[in-house]
Amino acid sequence: MSEQGGELGGMITLDGLTKKFGSFTAVDNISLSVGKGEVLGFLGPNGAGKSTTMRMVTGYLPISGGRAMVCGHDIETDPLEARRCIGYLPEGAPLYGDMTTRQFLGFIAEVRGFTGADKKKRVETAIHKLELDAVVNQPIETLSKGYKRRVGLAQAILHDPDVLILDEPTDGLDPNQKHQVRELIHNMAKDKAIVISTHLLEEVTAVCTRAVIIAHGKLVFDGTPDQLQSQAPTHNAVTIRFTSSEGLVIKSDLSSLPDVARVETLNGTNTLMVIPAAGASIVDAVGICVRDKGVEIDEIFVERGHLDDVFRQLTLRG
Amino acid sequence: MHSCWVITKRELGAYFSTPLAYVFIVIFLAMSGALTFFLGAFFERGQADLQSFFSFHPWLYLFLIPAVAMRLWAEERKTGTNELLLTLPVPTWAAVIGKFLAAWVFIGIALALTFPFWITVNYLGEPDNGVILAAYIGSFIMAGGYLAIGSCISAATKNQVIAFIIAAVVSFLFLMSGVELVQSFFQGWAPDFVIEAIKSMSFLTHFNDIVRGVIDLRDVIFFGSVMGVFLFANTAVVDLTRGS
Repeated sequence: MSEQGGELGGMITLDGLTKKFGSFTAVDNISLSVGKGEVLGFLGPNGAGKSTTMRMVTGYLPISGGRAMVCGHDIETDPLEARRCIGYLPEGAPLYGDMTTRQFLGFIAEVRGFTGADKKKRVETAIHKLELDAVVNQPIETLSKGYKRRVGLAQAILHDPDVLILDEPTDGLDPNQKHQVRELIHNMAKDKAIVISTHLLEEVTAVCTRAVIIAHGKLVFDGTPDQLQSQAPTHNAVTIRFTSSEGLVIKSDLSSLPDVARVETLNGTNTLMVIPAAGASIVDAVGICVRDKGVEIDEIFVERGHLDDVFRQLTLRG
Repeated sequence: MHSCWVITKRELGAYFSTPLAYVFIVIFLAMSGALTFFLGAFFERGQADLQSFFSFHPWLYLFLIPAVAMRLWAEERKTGTNELLLTLPVPTWAAVIGKFLAAWVFIGIALALTFPFWITVNYLGEPDNGVILAAYIGSFIMAGGYLAIGSCISAATKNQVIAFIIAAVVSFLFLMSGVELVQSFFQGWAPDFVIEAIKSMSFLTHFNDIVRGVIDLRDVIFFGSVMGVFLFANTAVVDLTRGS
């Protein structure tokens, strides 16, 4: 677990945030702080409380316990000021389908207090950033899922907010659009605090500077994507593919190396996976051992570990 | 106040971007005409006034206004756009008032489009236009009462059909509370002040004065209070149903 703050401290500060629906605790005592320049990947299985947390932080849902501060404003006692500095993309990107893209963004700009030339400029900038030029005059309900999601994002960034809260921003986008949205997030990250929820683990390594995992409403991991990856059971494991099955005889030699937890033979292949104890770096020792024994190998590489494994390990526990 | 107006503009646009507005206006005008000329015996009465036109408004509104009000909040909840709306820097009451005003203005437009009746009666005779104007204003204010009820009930459900039916039933109770049928149900066991109170809630009683051209302050206060109470409740319901 790591405690990280951005350069300006917490733009978003959650202190013991709790949400109860009747006797069911959806979000259980979550505390964290997100600073300027951070892109926080909010992970968790479906129903873990990601959306509920985001809904409390944006002031949509009342809070059952603890508090949430956004840009120094308490979302409960000073909701309008707090909401002014948030750009929010709700889950599923709900939009007014009867309006055209331009009308809709114009409406959001007006509600946010922009008028005249300023409003026009904001709307055009948002249209440009999300490449919506082709659909500005189409009713939103006729747009494809990808376009709808981007209209939702355009709406969230329109007022250039200090805090961006995006609930599954790349859901329903094709790989090119995903790349584009991640690029956009990356470019805005410098002077904002951004929280994105996702269950695409690749997204965490692609755009996030920090990963938080919640399960059953509780915070189970808070650290960098690298730290997250290092928790994988196969992190720093060394995989060796031998030219012939004769190479497999050195299995016992490898097992006895220091810091090696165990050695597995991958079924039906001439491949061994050497798994280290507690993520220790063993590639040197393994390499020397292989050379000393004089067995022929086709390839040898270090595993980074699968985020999926860590995710399962962290969220299925308990 | 600014955000209120922005929401009113959007909502009003939403009415006219779907066939709803046109269907509503056509039906409102057609039914007003049918009721006035056939049931109301406009010509047979031989009087140059619009009493036979206005006297059907409480009944017309009973069905048509819940139809205008039903989408106000139920649709937002169904499509999830209320999450968007209620996380914008807009107080809930401003959203409630903004939506209400849009629907009210819309009904005002439909009401204004009944001007051919006014032209007709002026062509045929010499009516008291002051009385007609008063009745128009009164009808508009009463429409606001129906609308506030409909808007409040729309916030309580995601289903527009349910919103319509319940709003029509509640409006019906308000409409009928002064009628003998309802009164006789309470007579004999309820204390007098209860009967009086129920009677005083009647839209019909309050509107009857207005049709005659008398805008009594008490009637205005009555419809104003109905709007106030139901819009206040509307705001509370919107806040209570967040996220459900």
